[in-house]
Amino acid sequence: MYALQVNNLKKTYANGVEALRGISLNVEEGDFFALLGPNGAGKSTLIGIISSLVNATSGEVNVFGTSVQKQRSTAMSFIGLVPQELNFNQFEKPVEIIVNQAGYYGIGRKVALERAELYLRQLQLWDKRNDISRELSGGMRRRLMIARAMVNEPRLLILDEPTAGVDIEIRRSMWRFIREINGNGTTVILTTHYLEEAEELCRNIAIIDDGEIIQNTDMKSLLGSLDVESFVLDVREPLTVAPQVDGMEIILRDPFTLEASLPKRKSLNALFSSLDGSGVSVLSMRNKANRLEELFLRLVDKGTAV
Amino acid sequence: MNAQVNWVGYKTIVRKEVTRILRIWAQTVVPPAITMTLYFVIFGNLIGRRIGVMDGFDYMQFIVPGLIMMSVITSSYGNMVSSFFGAKFGHHIEELLISPLPNWVILAGYVTGALARGIMVGLVVMMISLLFTSIDVQHPLIMISVLLLTSIVFAMAGMVNAIYAKKFDDIAIVPTFILTPLTYLGGVFYSISLLPDFWQQVSAFNPILYMVNGFRYGILGVSDVEIGTAYGIIGVFGVLLAGLCLWLLHRGIGLRS
Repeated sequence: MYALQVNNLKKTYANGVEALRGISLNVEEGDFFALLGPNGAGKSTLIGIISSLVNATSGEVNVFGTSVQKQRSTAMSFIGLVPQELNFNQFEKPVEIIVNQAGYYGIGRKVALERAELYLRQLQLWDKRNDISRELSGGMRRRLMIARAMVNEPRLLILDEPTAGVDIEIRRSMWRFIREINGNGTTVILTTHYLEEAEELCRNIAIIDDGEIIQNTDMKSLLGSLDVESFVLDVREPLTVAPQVDGMEIILRDPFTLEASLPKRKSLNALFSSLDGSGVSVLSMRNKANRLEELFLRLVDKGTAV
Repeated sequence: MNAQVNWVGYKTIVRKEVTRILRIWAQTVVPPAITMTLYFVIFGNLIGRRIGVMDGFDYMQFIVPGLIMMSVITSSYGNMVSSFFGAKFGHHIEELLISPLPNWVILAGYVTGALARGIMVGLVVMMISLLFTSIDVQHPLIMISVLLLTSIVFAMAGMVNAIYAKKFDDIAIVPTFILTPLTYLGGVFYSISLLPDFWQQVSAFNPILYMVNGFRYGILGVSDVEIGTAYGIIGVFGVLLAGLCLWLLHRGIGLRS
């Protein structure tokens, strides 16, 4: 069964902005799915329609076979949402926020308190349970929203940029938590601007640009389609011009830094032999960007060019 | 299953609202107590002594029902409009909008919260009035039912205001320019029999007149309007506002994009 089915979904806002232009998408139950796209591409509108915060202009959304438009209450009982913007009462305590949210899903106070403790502990917020929420740090607020989204133990967890503005250590602990949730059977849909996050966590991916899906495939195939990789090379002696190497593009970024783009079929040995032949001594080398980032930029640039 | 979810959801909204009222008691319960004490001292005690008797009662006794009703109306409306708009402004209304709760449960929960504040404030004002005069309630059931129904009607009116409001100024306009004048002209301080015929007829279009007089009938046993008419007017407004609130929530106007 699909956790999410989106059929020909369109959304035009009152001001005439066409945010979604007929999107269709399926997410398998148990999947860890990345939804990527540049700012303003339509990701948050799509999530808004799935979670019933935005009314679709046309099209259909089903969550575990239940129509969001026709059986909203049942469909919503399957979903947990971590929105992009903070949307809890900042004058309330974390434990109150979570217990209240549980109540809105019909979960009694006793069970709600048990779950609040479970998720606040797992997200390292238990010590802060009785603090006023506005006093929490940015990372703690984001984790609080994850704990709140988990309290109804959703079958579909939607995370809209959950790690934005969070330091790398906390981000990694959040990844562990979300991966564990997914491992326990919860379908996860993730939007993020940290593409290494999507590459690290997700099995399938859709890229939205300008209200349309421009790529929808599994992560492995997508990364496999990358035919050129870019590297940054630090050189020992200063250069005035970039050396020429057959079949590769080399740019001089500054006298001590070269940027080399290699087709996948070319070996790195060929690059180093040519540089050696030109008297260029390489001190170190790194990837210019992660693989998904390169693909993402190419796909989105292509969309823009069209 | 759904009934259980709805019941727990309803209780959660009410608990959250009552907690909020008690947490900010200095803003929710104290101001009407101070304002009404001043009304009792200035209008009831100082000026009232010179006015003498109205509809067969001391002026102080005459204004007690109106002042209680005035504080209940203001508190019920104010609670709903500030709480619901605050939730909308801070985006935490989304916690409810993405939940499985149907709109009528959300409406019922918030209305009950506003009703709780109306009752709390009404009781406080009634106790303050006992410091100035004695009250012998004539029709307790009418007194209680008119108070509850009026509180519910104004709570729903507050929700309509909160749904349409886009900024905090918008939630002050209705209380300042509509609610307060209608309350003052609704027979809180006088019997409309004192007015010329024309103004008596104009007053008949003021719904608050029926609420104040219905409540006065419950306490003192006198009224400028028929008690049946008072219930009818309150009932019509109640049904219309409930329908309007549910329609607005269903369409998501001001709440869903």
